[in-house]
Amino acid sequence: MGAATMEASAANAIPLSKINVSNPDLFVDDTVGEHFARLRKEDPVHYCADSAYGPYWSITKYNDIMAVDTNHKVFSSEAGVGGITIDDNNVKSDGLPLRSFITMDPPDHDAQRKVVSPIVAPSNLMVLEKTIRERMQKILDGLPVGETFDWVDNVSIELTTQMLATLFDFPFEERRKLTRWSDVTTAEPGSGIIDSWEQRTKELQECADSFMTLWNQRVNAKEPGNDLISMLAHSPTTRNMPPAEFLGNILLLIVGGNDTTRNSMTGSVLALNRFPAEFEKLKANHALIETMVPEVIRWQTPLAHMRRTALADHEVGGKMIKKGDKVVMWYLSGNRDEEVIERPEELIIDRARPRQHLSFGFGVHRCVGNRLAEMQLKILWEEILARFSHIEVMQEPERVRSNFVRGYNYMPVKLHV
Amino acid sequence: MPTINYVEPDGQVLSVTVDSGISAMEAAVRNAVPGIDGDCGGAAACATCHVYVDPAWIAKTGTAADGMEKDMLDFAEDVRETSRLACQIKVTDELDGLVLKLPEKQH
Repeated sequence: MGAATMEASAANAIPLSKINVSNPDLFVDDTVGEHFARLRKEDPVHYCADSAYGPYWSITKYNDIMAVDTNHKVFSSEAGVGGITIDDNNVKSDGLPLRSFITMDPPDHDAQRKVVSPIVAPSNLMVLEKTIRERMQKILDGLPVGETFDWVDNVSIELTTQMLATLFDFPFEERRKLTRWSDVTTAEPGSGIIDSWEQRTKELQECADSFMTLWNQRVNAKEPGNDLISMLAHSPTTRNMPPAEFLGNILLLIVGGNDTTRNSMTGSVLALNRFPAEFEKLKANHALIETMVPEVIRWQTPLAHMRRTALADHEVGGKMIKKGDKVVMWYLSGNRDEEVIERPEELIIDRARPRQHLSFGFGVHRCVGNRLAEMQLKILWEEILARFSHIEVMQEPERVRSNFVRGYNYMPVKLHV
Repeated sequence: MPTINYVEPDGQVLSVTVDSGISAMEAAVRNAVPGIDGDCGGAAACATCHVYVDPAWIAKTGTAADGMEKDMLDFAEDVRETSRLACQIKVTDELDGLVLKLPEKQH
């Protein structure tokens, strides 16, 4: 009996009411999918009465997730009522809510989002493309051929961190601090990243101080720079933000631009190893990169969930959700919903409508950087295909212990010319 | 069967003839009109089917509706008074000959 089959029976052996898909251990061994499969079949809108995060609803089917995600009047993202992750502590630092536009409802959300959205608008992406490609080429040209090395650290982290340093105009040689702050923001004690909430607060304070210094350097510039800090410092909407809100928005942009793309970059290599026939298709026709990129983002689903809090009683999928309830939209499960996506477990790089996936969310909180993410993955694969015949995954990757960030700590690979 | 005319940013016109009842987004996607993505499948939840209705047709299509359509258009690029989400325009016989201009890029 294979590991997957054994796990399937384990997931089926638990009483339905005891299923708790928030358990981070299920993400470490990547067995959470079996639990989601059972919920989609037997109880798609599922109430878990007891978990480390308190009681919560799981929304597991594509169309139900869409209904919640697009109903921001009933399902709130506001930090003050709980924010956007299952763990209430994630939107706090030192007990204070870390507000940013992802943890606001309209109209506050709309005003702040509009300040940062120009940096990832199509016109600016065309400017960024050249820089990204040059850096990508340099990183790939520096990799050893025929030796085993960690793809996560050498490529995925390095590349996304360089990108982020560019967007913030952050001191380039100190860029790994951004990686650290991104990891710390989404970590909980016991994840291997931080040991206590106090440590998290302390490190996030260092982040706040560092960015406050950059803000102070840039706020009085006569010609504002074309970077995210200057944009926030010079816009009338955001220039008088309270400190916790400034930190909240900085962390949002760090996490949004870092973890997600990083893990899709690693996931793309893993996926094409798992589905070698798809890789052959890609090698035979490089134009398929266009549809492969969104498909990889679906397959990976780098953020497993987003959370909302009900502001009123509301029915979803036949269940009555009560005012005040915690509602978790499992994008990872919706992206495996066989009623909406054909053969959802498989990577199929030439799907007819590959962008119909939940990884970016839908509605007013839809990922603002989605086109930047796609562009980075597209350039990565164009440059990979120009150099290497195969990226061989040498062993199962080590996965992040988190029910939010679905990613990888380590994945050894070997390059073949 | 009504005909819809999509005007690409370079001025090229693509005309498609479709069944009444589907949306102008579906009409474009099914006929592979470039520049209309329709990622959310028609729920006014992604704003990747942003179009400009030709002023001569705006009385018939109506302007963007309050609620999700306006909320989402808020985040699109270069939004004008004639901006609509194509998924919210239902193709009818009355709209035979409709002219929709496409933006440079969908955000």
